[in-house]
Amino acid sequence: MPAIAASAPAGEISLEDVTVAYDRHPAVHHVSGRFSPGSLTAIIGPNGAGKSTLLKAIVGQLPVADGSIERGPLKPRDIAFLPQQASLDRAYPISVLEVVLLGHWQRVGAFGRIGRDGIRAAREALSAVGLEGFEHRPLGTLSIGQAQRALFARVLVQDARVILLDEPFNALDARTVADLLALLQRWHGEKRTVIAVLHDFDLVRQHFPEALYLARRLIAWGRSDEVLTPENQLAARRMAESWDDTAPLCDPGHAQHSHGGHAA
Amino acid sequence: MGAAIYDFLFSPFAEFAFMRRALVACFALALSGAPIGVVLMLRRMSLFGEAMSHAILPGAAVGFLVAGFSLPAISVGGIVAGLVVALAAGAATRATDQREDASFAAFYLIALALGVTLISTRGSAVDVMHILFGSVLAVDEAALLLLGVVASLSLLIFAAIYRPLLADGFDPEFLRSVGGGGTLYHFVFLGLVVVNLVAAFQALGSLMAVGLMMLPALAARYWSRSLISAMAVAALIAALSGYCGLLLSYHADLPSGPSIVLFAGGGYLLSLGFGRQGLILHWRQRRHLEA
Repeated sequence: MPAIAASAPAGEISLEDVTVAYDRHPAVHHVSGRFSPGSLTAIIGPNGAGKSTLLKAIVGQLPVADGSIERGPLKPRDIAFLPQQASLDRAYPISVLEVVLLGHWQRVGAFGRIGRDGIRAAREALSAVGLEGFEHRPLGTLSIGQAQRALFARVLVQDARVILLDEPFNALDARTVADLLALLQRWHGEKRTVIAVLHDFDLVRQHFPEALYLARRLIAWGRSDEVLTPENQLAARRMAESWDDTAPLCDPGHAQHSHGGHAA
Repeated sequence: MGAAIYDFLFSPFAEFAFMRRALVACFALALSGAPIGVVLMLRRMSLFGEAMSHAILPGAAVGFLVAGFSLPAISVGGIVAGLVVALAAGAATRATDQREDASFAAFYLIALALGVTLISTRGSAVDVMHILFGSVLAVDEAALLLLGVVASLSLLIFAAIYRPLLADGFDPEFLRSVGGGGTLYHFVFLGLVVVNLVAAFQALGSLMAVGLMMLPALAARYWSRSLISAMAVAALIAALSGYCGLLLSYHADLPSGPSIVLFAGGGYLLSLGFGRQGLILHWRQRRHLEA
């Protein structure tokens, strides 16, 4: 797997007062800040804090209701996104190798030829995630941990500058988490921008230099040890989880004052 | 003895051109329809074909009212009606956050009621039966030609969209994230379903056509693990059902559509019982391997 050129300025993503709404109710509310190129950031926050929503907005799958997301020279093909496991059909009659080969999609598209190099890259990715010899096993016969390894291999093959992972370590055992974390560190070392939604604060403290604490609005964004403070956890807990049907219109001027933001 | 067997199995086809045409029609439908059935099942749309087979009825009825029992008119009408229902239901699903099966249920029921009403304004009960259940006698030279062209084109288009179609069924969110545009292929595929059902209309009737598409596909899943082999097995079962069904229809003087679909149903039940992943092997204790 070739490392991306170190001189490439791409990989920066800035959020400018971003609001993403479902049916006009904000799931992510006036978030500003910047993922610097090559940064390794954990997005944390309680359930319903808008973490997945923010990831989908960054990928471009959800429209931004207000504000903007600047991706610089990044093209869609430069962003690899690994959604939560629930979104794929594990009983599908597809082999592990075929799953990994899907990672070539941005280059070959629906009709292009993958070729021998592409297949070799997929096999290398499989051995990098510890699934050597699993090429022809149906995906359905794999454990959850092995399936997640296969999906990480697909991300490897995508070879993207920016990698977004939505709760990649859910329901995995310690060894699988350790192996996949090592991959994250490798991507970080290759100057790729890596953003992962996580729940395990200890893991974030140990392995993620930066953290974004989200509770619909931004609680804090910066160095992990500065973000993961008891005060911030208290602030996140106070987040109103209720869906207020009579919520008044959000006044832009007022919102920017009271929400504050992250100085990039 | 040998002569009796020959008389029973082959002479209907040797003697009568309409039987030969019906047989070729069944083989063509088996080749193009069965793989589509496998994908329908894979995408959890097994009941979609059923819905579409009803949806094409009002269009066919309009064709029938305008031009009488004319194959091109009925076919074009059926295709238009089927596509309209597929697009309307698809659009309703995407625009309103409803589940696709709910939208399809609503639209095909409307279409069915409309179709039967239209036919009964002018036609007789015989016409309705004809359209719903088909008749081998209706497969003339022109019909067979149309059917062959449709089946061939459908198979080619299916092969062309094979990769995006399957990738979309497996992990639609991933495909969207890499710009795979699953929606377009989804609608092309829905179009193929409609066209195949309309093509099967003459030989099998609109209600029975879906049987030859789905039952072999469902049966094949009990035999094969890989997709390609499932499609091959499904096409084989469909072709065999066509042959056996036509024989039954000829010897017992039964309508061809239901006879063919009954054989396909028998193939499904056999597979359910005796298939590699069927009930018998499921019940029988199999010694596990060491690792």
